[in-house]
Amino acid sequence: MLGWELPPHNSGGLGIACYQLCKALSKKDLSIDFVLPYKADHGIDFMDITAAHPQGVASVVRSGIAYDSYKYVLEDGSEQWLNIYEQAQLYEQTVAKLVETKEFDIVHAHDWLTFRAALRVKEARGCPIILHVHSVESDRAGARHGNPLVHEIEETGFLLADRIIAVSQHTKNMIIRDYGIPADKIEVVHNSIEPADITPLDGDNTYRYLEAMKAQGYRVVTNVGRLTVQKGLPNLLRAAAEVVKRAPKTLFLIVGSGEQYYELIDLAADLGIGPNVLFTDFQRGKKLRDAFAVGDLFVMPSVSEPFGLTPLEAIGYGSPALVSKQSGVSEVLKNCLKVDFWDIDEMANQIAAVMLNDPLRDELHKNALMEFEKMSWDDASHKIERIYQEHREVAYA
Amino acid sequence: MSKAIVLYLHVHQPYRIRHYTVFDTAVKHDYFDAAYEDQESNERILQKVAQKSYLPTNARLLQLLNDNPQFKLSLSITGTVIEQLEKWSPEALQSFKDLCATGRVEIVAETYHHSLAFFYSRAEFEMQVEMHKRKVQEVFGQTPQVFRNTELCYNNDVAYWADRAGYKGVLAEGWDPILGWRSPNFVYRPTYTNQIRLLMKNYKLSDDIAFRFGDQNWAEWPLTADKFTHWLNADQSATNFNLFMDYETFGEHQWEESGIFGFLSHLPQEWLKTGGNTFMTVSEVIDNFEPVDQVDVPETITWADTERDLSAWLGNGMQTGSIQALYDLQDRVIATGDLALIDDWRKLQTSDHFYYMCTKYFNDGDIHAYFSPYQTPYEAYINFMNAYHDLRYRLSEKGVTV
Repeated sequence: MLGWELPPHNSGGLGIACYQLCKALSKKDLSIDFVLPYKADHGIDFMDITAAHPQGVASVVRSGIAYDSYKYVLEDGSEQWLNIYEQAQLYEQTVAKLVETKEFDIVHAHDWLTFRAALRVKEARGCPIILHVHSVESDRAGARHGNPLVHEIEETGFLLADRIIAVSQHTKNMIIRDYGIPADKIEVVHNSIEPADITPLDGDNTYRYLEAMKAQGYRVVTNVGRLTVQKGLPNLLRAAAEVVKRAPKTLFLIVGSGEQYYELIDLAADLGIGPNVLFTDFQRGKKLRDAFAVGDLFVMPSVSEPFGLTPLEAIGYGSPALVSKQSGVSEVLKNCLKVDFWDIDEMANQIAAVMLNDPLRDELHKNALMEFEKMSWDDASHKIERIYQEHREVAYA
Repeated sequence: MSKAIVLYLHVHQPYRIRHYTVFDTAVKHDYFDAAYEDQESNERILQKVAQKSYLPTNARLLQLLNDNPQFKLSLSITGTVIEQLEKWSPEALQSFKDLCATGRVEIVAETYHHSLAFFYSRAEFEMQVEMHKRKVQEVFGQTPQVFRNTELCYNNDVAYWADRAGYKGVLAEGWDPILGWRSPNFVYRPTYTNQIRLLMKNYKLSDDIAFRFGDQNWAEWPLTADKFTHWLNADQSATNFNLFMDYETFGEHQWEESGIFGFLSHLPQEWLKTGGNTFMTVSEVIDNFEPVDQVDVPETITWADTERDLSAWLGNGMQTGSIQALYDLQDRVIATGDLALIDDWRKLQTSDHFYYMCTKYFNDGDIHAYFSPYQTPYEAYINFMNAYHDLRYRLSEKGVTV
């Protein structure tokens, strides 16, 4: 399997999805070798993890953000910075070397950063390649065209892939729309969540201020995600301004970092809701869990969200969710509020309703939690095992 | 000894709340006026139901009444649907009047607004029953003798109230845990009453028509009038078969393609083939047969869902919270004397609003979803509460503390 990140060194949902999927697959009669572009201690025992380090590199230093540059420390002590595109090329070359000495039946690659490597393996070994799409370029670019180099890698990969797995019908539709790939080549395998893997709350919430305000009748809306165009946060803030006019005791907690950070702070101020919007920067661990828990409503207003795990995490930690209809999770979660990302008035209407009516919050959460508790990655691993079997048979035929 | 089919059909349409948002609250008060093409358009739905159900069914019922002097039936028809027929389908309303003009169609009493007021405000409940009585007198020229509570909600209190109010009968679900070994095919007497009689729905036979008729996976499909009559004739001791169902069974819940109209058209002649078989209205069956036993119903039963309780309307916090909030406004709303405000408050009491908020079985996409104009129960609640907040705003505009 070719991947770009795994927890705890993940920048977002991609690493978590790969981890959970492999964990579920490891219960099957198959073995996984997961090839990463960096070396780290993952504490994972259910599969082999190989770091695709180029020769002569002593260590690779990456920041928390997937799309930042990488610093390579060479054995002679010198340092070299690679941008994401160069990094993907380097990964491709090292994977090509690696597979010369490895035995495997199928290559399963996650997202565009690994697609060229997958194609190289197919070229060298003739084995089937399955490309797993957690997002496409137009998602990341916020429904715009995006980077033409990335678009080209995706297009080539999709054309040459033996099979494509999309994390939602939404993503499948995007692949068909943006790349003209035939629908029957793309299988939808929804992401999921393992309720048992959720780290429990410790009963003492980090967000003291918000707890105190809630005791005074305030209600809290949370969002967790990268502050980037794909996530649709300007619309959430515009809706927030309408909500605050009608439900003044509403606070918005925005957890994350990204290139829109300052722009969003500015926008909140311009909309006159500066005092109602709290930005926490990127958080993980307890501070992230507590952010989910302190909310009365979690809002994911994404312009395009291939799946969207955060609403499920929020439900697990006690908050109901409002998600954009342009998300994969909206296909699998019934007991949540749903809105078009562009429909600011309806977003405000639904948020205000939850802020003003506790029975709505409680009923939404109660029913969502019942759905959450039934979720598991087993459905996904069953489907993927079947896809592997189909392609192994083809490979040996 | 004669044996009667007691066919009783319930006609109702609510005033559905449009997509009424927080931006409308305190700005517009037109909760029930969706655009014609919208899901929640009452006018569009009423016209659709009139075309698919009311007009074709009434045409056949009138034919049956003309062809078979023994054919009779009972109807309950809510104030909210009569109003809508007056506005949007006078020809369908006329077809109901034509049925009544035969003298063999009896109208049953109920609340004007198809509300659950009995459980929240006795004064409001009695007002709505009185409003309905007057509307029926005005439109159909008859005074109801037998009472049914909304959704066949029934308990000993309902019977006691109806007895005191002078009704000769009351309708309820013939639910097994209540009847035990007894059959619903007789007239009963409610406990703690003397005069009033209780008619209990034979839900197996009624649901064969109302729910299972078009189900091709049902072992008895296709159900013919001949087969159905055969089942009824097999019960030697019964006096009355209480077939109670939504009127919209004919042409709406069961589509014309299912053959439901053919079944209806053939039922009287098949049934009347056997000597002693007849049809009776709800009053007639009470006049003709003595009660065989008394029935005790301490807990409320209804005709809905497998639970046969109020949980479809009052089963979650959104439902109980919103209905309680609405009735809490009663004194303040009535005191304004503002008829438009009072009318809107009453229209919001219609039980359907709370039914749309039902989360039971939401995950299974069941029958509740079929009857709801909203995508989710949460959407239903949001619209309702925005309208409720607007009512409060209107009160506050009048200087009332809310």
